[in-house]
Amino acid sequence: MNVDGTSSAMRWTFRVSILVLCAWVLVPIYLLITNTLSSPEEVVSFPKKVWPSFNLESISFFINFAGVGQALWNSVLVACVTMVFSISAGAPAGYALSRFDFRGKSFYRVLILMTRAFPLPLLALPLAVLYIRIGLDDTILGLALLHTMLALPFAVLITYSLFSGIPVELEEAAWTLGCNRFQAFYKVIFPLVLPGLTASAIFAFVISWNEVFGAAVLTIEHRTLPAFLLQGLDQAPLHLKFAGGAVLVAPALLFIFLVRKYLFSMWGIANR
Amino acid sequence: MQTRALPYLLLLPSVILLGVLFLYPFVLVAWQAISDDAGQLTSAHFSEMLGHWKFNTAFKNTLYLTLAVVPIQMVLALYMASLVTGMKRGRDAFLYIWTIPLGISDLAAGIIWLSIFEQSGFLNSFLVTFGINEQPETFLGYQNKGTIFLAIALAEIWRATAIVLVILVAGMGLIPKEYQEAAEVFGASRWQRFTKVTLPLLKPSLQTALILRVILAFEVFAVVAALGGTNLPILMGEVYQWQFVLRDPNVAAAFALVILGISILCTLVIMWFLRTPKGATI
Amino acid sequence: MAEIKIKSVARRFGKVEALKSIDLTVADQEFLVLLGASGCGKTTLLRIVAGLETASEGEVWIGDERVDRLPPRDRKIAMVFQNYAVFPHLTVFENIAFGLRMAKLDQNTVDKRVKRTAELMHIDPLLERYSGQLSGGQRQRVAVARALAMEPEVLLMDEPLSNLDALLRMEMRAELKSVLAESKTTTIYVTHDQVEAMSMADRIAIMNKGEIVQASDAVDIYRNPSHRFVGSFIGNPPMNFLPAKPLEGSMWSVANLQLPGPAHPSNATDSQIEFAIRPEDLTVGDATTEGAMHVKVRVVEPLGSHLLASCLVDEQLFRVVLDSDHPITSGDSLYIKPMMDRIRWFDAKSEHVL
Repeated sequence: MNVDGTSSAMRWTFRVSILVLCAWVLVPIYLLITNTLSSPEEVVSFPKKVWPSFNLESISFFINFAGVGQALWNSVLVACVTMVFSISAGAPAGYALSRFDFRGKSFYRVLILMTRAFPLPLLALPLAVLYIRIGLDDTILGLALLHTMLALPFAVLITYSLFSGIPVELEEAAWTLGCNRFQAFYKVIFPLVLPGLTASAIFAFVISWNEVFGAAVLTIEHRTLPAFLLQGLDQAPLHLKFAGGAVLVAPALLFIFLVRKYLFSMWGIANR
Repeated sequence: MQTRALPYLLLLPSVILLGVLFLYPFVLVAWQAISDDAGQLTSAHFSEMLGHWKFNTAFKNTLYLTLAVVPIQMVLALYMASLVTGMKRGRDAFLYIWTIPLGISDLAAGIIWLSIFEQSGFLNSFLVTFGINEQPETFLGYQNKGTIFLAIALAEIWRATAIVLVILVAGMGLIPKEYQEAAEVFGASRWQRFTKVTLPLLKPSLQTALILRVILAFEVFAVVAALGGTNLPILMGEVYQWQFVLRDPNVAAAFALVILGISILCTLVIMWFLRTPKGATI
Repeated sequence: MAEIKIKSVARRFGKVEALKSIDLTVADQEFLVLLGASGCGKTTLLRIVAGLETASEGEVWIGDERVDRLPPRDRKIAMVFQNYAVFPHLTVFENIAFGLRMAKLDQNTVDKRVKRTAELMHIDPLLERYSGQLSGGQRQRVAVARALAMEPEVLLMDEPLSNLDALLRMEMRAELKSVLAESKTTTIYVTHDQVEAMSMADRIAIMNKGEIVQASDAVDIYRNPSHRFVGSFIGNPPMNFLPAKPLEGSMWSVANLQLPGPAHPSNATDSQIEFAIRPEDLTVGDATTEGAMHVKVRVVEPLGSHLLASCLVDEQLFRVVLDSDHPITSGDSLYIKPMMDRIRWFDAKSEHVL
């Protein structure tokens, strides 16, 4: 669809729409940041100013609040374990899907796609029961396993599209030049997919970092940041909530920026 | 090469994870919902769930929220996607801005919109400063169910339109430009090209997006917790309540089965409704 | 330096027979071209020799060693791929050195060999570049250099020139031929381009539907097709075919002509054979010329060096190559006389030459 040759009214609607939609996305985030960078008194004062006073009291209050440090650390730990698990299980599967034709391939693909038709956070309920039985209740590992389940379908799909984007001929060339399968992968394929692999790891990190329900159900002592915030929603003062929200949002913004290129290729291949 | 077992070996870790963490737990949760502590089949948990005064409200609220949010998201995302394809410069920048909410958790989104709707929040400040209202309103108070609903719907639309956008933009990227050009040569207007060429070819993506969004809408939880507390019961919130506050995992499991049931039902309906004839794909 | 022996190699994909029991020997230092339309099985055969695909049955020998159970790396082969497969994350130097490093040669030898092959392929100024900074033709040269640097016993090439534009392809064709002649490596070269095949090959093996129909040198294949398919595939335009009816003795009636042909088979009544001749093996006469075939001109295509006239005889297409100056337009009548020693006869059923 080309904008050329259309009326100037159309062109203006086009431009205004784009700007309005940008504002729609950005303004709420800006308001959260304004709140976060205001003192606790300003947060509850009325009427509110639209400019932040760049007062760091709210944020330092949040950071020093009992349990926040631990929750932050737990969040990072769970997200990192999720990242490792989902990539080390997902990438081989993605590779197999892109390179081999084998019996049961379409069944496996359906299984992976099917996971998206299930409300996955609900898995937390049976897992809670299961974990008590095997002693994984209220542990980082237990929660990370749930988050792995959330991230795995995406890891498989992203790596599937990554490996599919690399011509088989490159691997075959390596074989004819003296490599075995592992050497060919390590010397030729791996360097080429590394950026994409990093992106899908980051994606897994974000999924875990943001997950609330499962974390709230599966942990008691070892709360992650979202679970910690959820628990405090009733009693916590406003400025604590806002600072917490901002801390939750900040890394996610950066990460989405890093993986933006791969978001689209993933969904492109998922629908083939 | 002589490696027939290799693909299975590569799939093994993920298959084990899927089996242990996906298939088995779903069996477990179903069993939990229909059995008592002695291991006998029972419908007691379902009766307790259905008999609870909040069930109907939670069910209706979840359904209404889905109906209010998902259609708007689909239309909005379609509009955004077609804006993006019409862009010559700055495509990547705008696409990044519009996909930012993708990285934001539902809890954070709830908190963000809380800063707008709370009593001393930005909306009240705006209304009073410009003399539209004299007093700040308690938008999120228990007596204002309507505005709570509206705030939650807005927060959900704000947060989760991005995933639809991503799926649709990816889908549009797969449609060769020639189809558009061919339609144009044969005299189709811009609107006709959109409805007669783009939309039908986009069906697989629309299907994926719709299924994903509807299921996520049934799972809505933290946004509601942040904005409505317990003033606006929804299904997922009830699961949490029964599991944690009322400490009855069986009823929680019954609720979970209800969510699961409507999710699968909707998936099937959408798949049937947006099916593509065999061979009619790009 | 090795001979390649392919012994009754077959390949099935499910029920589809991609290769039906191929037997082929490529002599030491020979340049053999596998020629055929897409889907005829030529690439599958090459990949079986390379070890990238497994034969359903049969044996492959390189030199004195049976290799069909070995992985590609142990077959002493090198391969040039259709899309070049130049590693994008390595420089041209490292691409050429890749196989040498895998073979754990010392740095000195690696340097020397890379330099030599790069000079041979005229890419020595590009050694520090990456594949993304190269043109298609340059990538092609890197791929060939990478294969030659291995000093393989057997060189396999899968349509290496098909992604180049026409002019470059002609240039590379001549260059490759001279480089490979010098390297004296046994080569199997797959292509669908018959001009390429004829210009480069010591011997051409023509494949159709998973079988080798004829394997011989270019002139023989052109002049003496052993099979109807070869005549209809080789040559631009290809051979003309007309049905022949049996007459007395070993005479046959073709259009309005009576021609001496092969002896009648025993059951003469239902025997069907075809008369075949190349469009350029005809001389033009007039209505009075004895033994001339009368054809109606439908379309005339001036092609510069000659005219190509598509004519009709008994509702059958019949092509004639004429001198560029020949005054002729569509609708004209033409009287043409086949050169007797260039006529070929094919069995209509078995399609073999008689």
